Parts: sequence; structure tokens; C-alpha cells
Amino acid sequence: MKQIKMKIISRRNVLHLLGGATGTVLFSKYALAKPNLALNKIKEISKNAKVDEVDLFLDVPEIAENGNQVKVSFDIESPMIEEDFVKTVYILADGNPAPNVAKFSFTTDMGACSATTRMRLSKTQNIYLLAEYNNGNFAMTKSKVKVTIGGCGG
Amino acid sequence: MSKIKPRGKVPKTASVDEIIEIKTLIRHPMHSGRMKDKDGKKIPKRIINKFLVKFNGKQVFGMDLEPSISTNPYIAFPFKAKKTGTFDFEWTDDNGDKYNMSRKMTVS
Repeated sequence: MKQIKMKIISRRNVLHLLGGATGTVLFSKYALAKPNLALNKIKEISKNAKVDEVDLFLDVPEIAENGNQVKVSFDIESPMIEEDFVKTVYILADGNPAPNVAKFSFTTDMGACSATTRMRLSKTQNIYLLAEYNNGNFAMTKSKVKVTIGGCGG
Repeated sequence: MSKIKPRGKVPKTASVDEIIEIKTLIRHPMHSGRMKDKDGKKIPKRIINKFLVKFNGKQVFGMDLEPSISTNPYIAFPFKAKKTGTFDFEWTDDNGDKYNMSRKMTVS
């Protein structure tokens, strides 16, 4: 009887230890700061030009339960005329195996600068929206998405 | 594997200068090259990498897709209706296949 009781306690202890171990693994992962691939990519695209961080409308969920299908949409205010329009919009994610998610090419025929799609997110991370205007200016915004179950197929 | 099938929703009629929304979806596995099958083998990368929209032969919208886009890619975008015409949608697969679809729109 005594032996059984001891077994239970020891199993619990083992579980506690395991919990502690995973905690350390997680923390060490964050401690080893990796270079931000998405920000590097933004620099590459903008060729080190100044990118203003402004409040563009980027709609992503605050918490994504399933990382396989995360809806992302954006709406950038622009008259979309020959003299002033958004040429290209990039969506980047800094926690995915590859930072690029999508690149949209707009034309003045569209009358508005918005789009919706669905993306995969492997873990909790920041989503970046980078807009390139026809005059060569850049603007960006970011938003954090918490991911419960990652969706990049491990 | 299920057949790759494009779908699209374009309003049949629109008024001049109305901004309509076009919704498209293509049934495609979008293998990112990181997923594994039941036997633990890696499934080779195979995605839709390009999406183009032409209106009366002129390109109006384009999108480059990366492996981070979900299975069955859904794309919605606006368009300003000015005249009657036909939309041509084209998806390009990694293996070189192209999937096409056309939709008519009447502007009054």
C-alpha cells in the first residue's frame, strides 16, 4: 500500500519536472534571439529606404485557434488614380519558416486597395504589412497574432 | 488527390463606378514542402505560385503566393466597374500547369 502511494507521488514529481523542463526549453528558445527575417526582408524590398510605420488597416485575428487558416485582410486608403496609387502590397510573417506570405500587385483599375486571403502561421508572431506607393514611398504596419495550434506541418 | 478546381464569384451586373468585390477560391493542396505524409515522408513542395486577373485582356490584379498561404487559397479583391467585359483568372501551379476561368460582368 505504502509502495503504491509512493509511486503516485513520484509520478507527480516526474510530471512537475517535465513541466519545468519544457518551460526551460521554451524560454531558452526565446532567449536565443534569432534575426528578424521579416524585418530583414522589408529592408531588402525597400532597399534600405525609410519605411514609415503608419496605421494602415490590417485585419488579422488577435488569437488564431488554428494556424492553418488565418484570415488576413487589409484596406489602404488611397485614391487609386494614376498620380497616386498603391503599387504593391507585401504581407510578411516573422515567425514562419519563410517570412514572405504574399505579394499583391495593384492597378488603378481596381478603384480601391484592399484584399483578403488566408495564411498559415506556425506560431505566435507578428504580421507585417508593407505598402509600396507609385512614387517610391513605403509604409508599413504590424499586428501580433497569438496562435494556439501551429499550421506549418512541423 | 482531389481535382484542382477553380471557383469565382463576380457580380453579374454592376453600376458605373461601383466598387465590386470579386471572390475566388481554388481547390489545391498547397504542399509547403514541410508537411509529412502518413509514412513520415516529406511531401514535395507544390503550390500555386501566381494568380493573375485580366479584364478585357488587360492585367488588373496580380498576386504572388508563397508556401505560407493556406490550402485551397482564397483571394478576394475589389474592382471598379466602368464597362461591360470579361474577367480572365489564371492560377499557375509549381509544376507549370495553368488553371483558367472566365466570368462576364454587365455594367449598366
